[in-house]
Amino acid sequence: MVASILPLRLEAVELRKRGKHILGPLSLELGATGCTILLGPNGSGKTSLLRLMHGLERVRRGQLQWAAPLEEARRKQAFVFQTPIVMRRSIVDCIAYPLLLDGQSRSAARAEAADMAARVGLHGDLARPAFVLSGGEKQKMALARALVRAPELLFLDEPSANLDGRSTREIEAILQSLKADGTRIVMSTHNVGQARRLADDVLFLNEGKIVEAGDAATFFDNPTTPEAQAHLNGDLIP
Amino acid sequence: MTLKSLLLSVVASLAALSAQADTMKMAVTTSFANSGLADVILPEIEIDTGIEVQLLIVGTGQALKLGEQGDVDAVLVHSRAAEEAFVEGGYGTHRREIMYNDFVIIGPSSDPAASGAADEAIGALAAIAGAEADFVSRGDDSGTHKMELRLWDAAGVDLAGDWYKAVGQGMGAALNTASGMNAYILSDRASWLNFGNKGDLAIVFEGDPVLFNQYAYLPVNPELHAHVRNDLAQKLENWLTSDRAAELINGYAIAGQQLFVFNAQPE
Amino acid sequence: MNDLWAGLAEALRLVLRLDPDLVEITIRSLQVTLTATAIAALIGLPLGAWLSVNRFRFRRVVIALLNALMGLPPVVVGLIVYILLSRAGPFGVLGLLFTPTAMIIAQVIIITPIVASIAHQAIRDLWSEYHDLLISLHTTRAQRIKALLWDSRRALLTAALAGFGRAIGEVGAIMIVGGNIDHATRVLTTAIALETGKGNFALALGLGFVLIALAIAVNLALHMLTRTERSSQW
Ligand SMILES: Nc1ncnc2c1ncn2[C@@H]1O[C@H](COP(=O)(O)OP(=O)(O)O)[C@@H](O)[C@H]1O
Ligand SMILES: [Mg+2]
Repeated sequence: MVASILPLRLEAVELRKRGKHILGPLSLELGATGCTILLGPNGSGKTSLLRLMHGLERVRRGQLQWAAPLEEARRKQAFVFQTPIVMRRSIVDCIAYPLLLDGQSRSAARAEAADMAARVGLHGDLARPAFVLSGGEKQKMALARALVRAPELLFLDEPSANLDGRSTREIEAILQSLKADGTRIVMSTHNVGQARRLADDVLFLNEGKIVEAGDAATFFDNPTTPEAQAHLNGDLIP
Repeated sequence: MTLKSLLLSVVASLAALSAQADTMKMAVTTSFANSGLADVILPEIEIDTGIEVQLLIVGTGQALKLGEQGDVDAVLVHSRAAEEAFVEGGYGTHRREIMYNDFVIIGPSSDPAASGAADEAIGALAAIAGAEADFVSRGDDSGTHKMELRLWDAAGVDLAGDWYKAVGQGMGAALNTASGMNAYILSDRASWLNFGNKGDLAIVFEGDPVLFNQYAYLPVNPELHAHVRNDLAQKLENWLTSDRAAELINGYAIAGQQLFVFNAQPE
Repeated sequence: MNDLWAGLAEALRLVLRLDPDLVEITIRSLQVTLTATAIAALIGLPLGAWLSVNRFRFRRVVIALLNALMGLPPVVVGLIVYILLSRAGPFGVLGLLFTPTAMIIAQVIIITPIVASIAHQAIRDLWSEYHDLLISLHTTRAQRIKALLWDSRRALLTAALAGFGRAIGEVGAIMIVGGNIDHATRVLTTAIALETGKGNFALALGLGFVLIALAIAVNLALHMLTRTERSSQW
């Protein structure tokens, strides 16, 4: 097996945006396996933390360290956004795009993209423009696009926040099978039920800080902080 | 279109442009071009001499400027003082008179200023000024404009007043303006006869010898601009002063009226 | 009103007769303006994309400059190009004055800012849409520009057509640098100016209608091209 880009270590990392303090200082380590779920109320910093780890936000204070050179680490991870970014292309070309970037031929990339579309349950004519897809289908397309390069690490930011129950379950099923295949998943959600179904361990955020972190079973059965207890009960955090 | 085919077409068009063997450029005035004489003599010139003459139709001022800068090989204009200054400045090799036509005073057919009753051109203009009837001037420093200013000067008229409208345009545009306003205007006979938008306008005064308009030919000085085709300019001059040219120029008529009088002197 | 009908009739007559002079100046109009549009697109589209994707110190200044250049009076462009290309000017030795090439140069200067500016707007919007995805996919700068250009191609076509529209109807600049020489640099617009000057309104209008028809035809043709492209691509 090739060397892993994980673990990822954050040390006293802080994030500011437009002069506003958003995250941290926070320190954590993401191990090489499992599914980590970021939980926390709206505005607690889940999206910001995912983007920061993925390299979409610049770290100005603290340290963010991959187990592999940055270039390699960037290539072996992918991100699924809360609102899918739909390119103005056909469905198959949207999914194939990352492969084209890697220098694959258009036909080979399309063949692989079609396989991946089938795997995430995207059916129908893939030559249609991607914008005609429904919300759930767009998210599946985005998932297929993220997976087409076979990333070692997959970030997902509330991938089913805008979806109905059925699409949510379909996405979850895909994530379960990815987990089974050994893809490292780091995902945020505000859906506690979804977190219970998927999590191996949990990072609970509030006001830009990690309030509680650890094994999923322990977190859900015996949350130690009042913030986590309130969140799991569906109450407002004191 | 692909980039390659595009570049190829650009290169091809550039190549086509440089393949002009016996082509020369001559700057002429709008009044000459509007006369239609060029359409008759240019094909004959090409047959007789093999020279394709490309005309740049501009005002006298710009025509001489093009010659000064070496952007044309010869100039054919009608403004004696400016032509002599051009030769004196070393921009032209010499000045050769070719032909003349004449100016006419155009105005509303009813001639409200009664300028047609005058004996001389100066008197006709003075009548227009006296009546403060609308008058359109080219106002573009062209040969026609300069002629007009000389006449006003001789008539002792002060050109201040609403009735005098300098439009700063070529002969055709100025005629269009005069037609639209039903105003008086000084025009060369050829431009007037060929003009298609006469409206209520008509010739109100003509025939005074001061209205004669001498055309002269000026080859651009090759000592100043080595690239000019002085050889072709010479050949063209020989043709323009030939019997063949005399026959064509004197024979050119619009609506039965002869427009130009050939008056080139043999060398 | 009578003049308008006469103009329409004249246009029809010219077209039906396939008047050789008309065909010649129409082809020259197309040659000059299509070439100028293609060159302006080659410069303006990547420039627009580059301005959208890059942050640099004088970016706002460059964009403001571009927008200001859009309003350049063609006559001024013509005069500047004339002075540059004149035998007495710095590029006089090339002998380009009063050639279609000079007209192309003037038109390129007039329409490149328009093409770049419209392209910049379209690509900037697409870039804000694509930004996170393209960063996430770890694209190089060239890959980003390529994706943005390709995916905004319809808007870029509009940009090019706007440039074409302005160039094909332009008369001030090409009159000065082309000289309106019969059989050499005369195009539809300069012929219209000439005939208007002679008071031949019907012929001038006729040529005007041909010009309008030509502009519509080019727009429709390119539109159809993208339609076929859409059905095969998507
Ligand atoms: N571009 C930004 N500029 C300023 N503040 C921001 C920006 N993006 C996010 N924030 C703020 O950062 C905090 C965390 O936001 P976010 O990470 O989106 O939280 P979550 O994903 O947990 O809802 C919020 O208070 C939000 O308002
Ligand atoms: Mg969020």
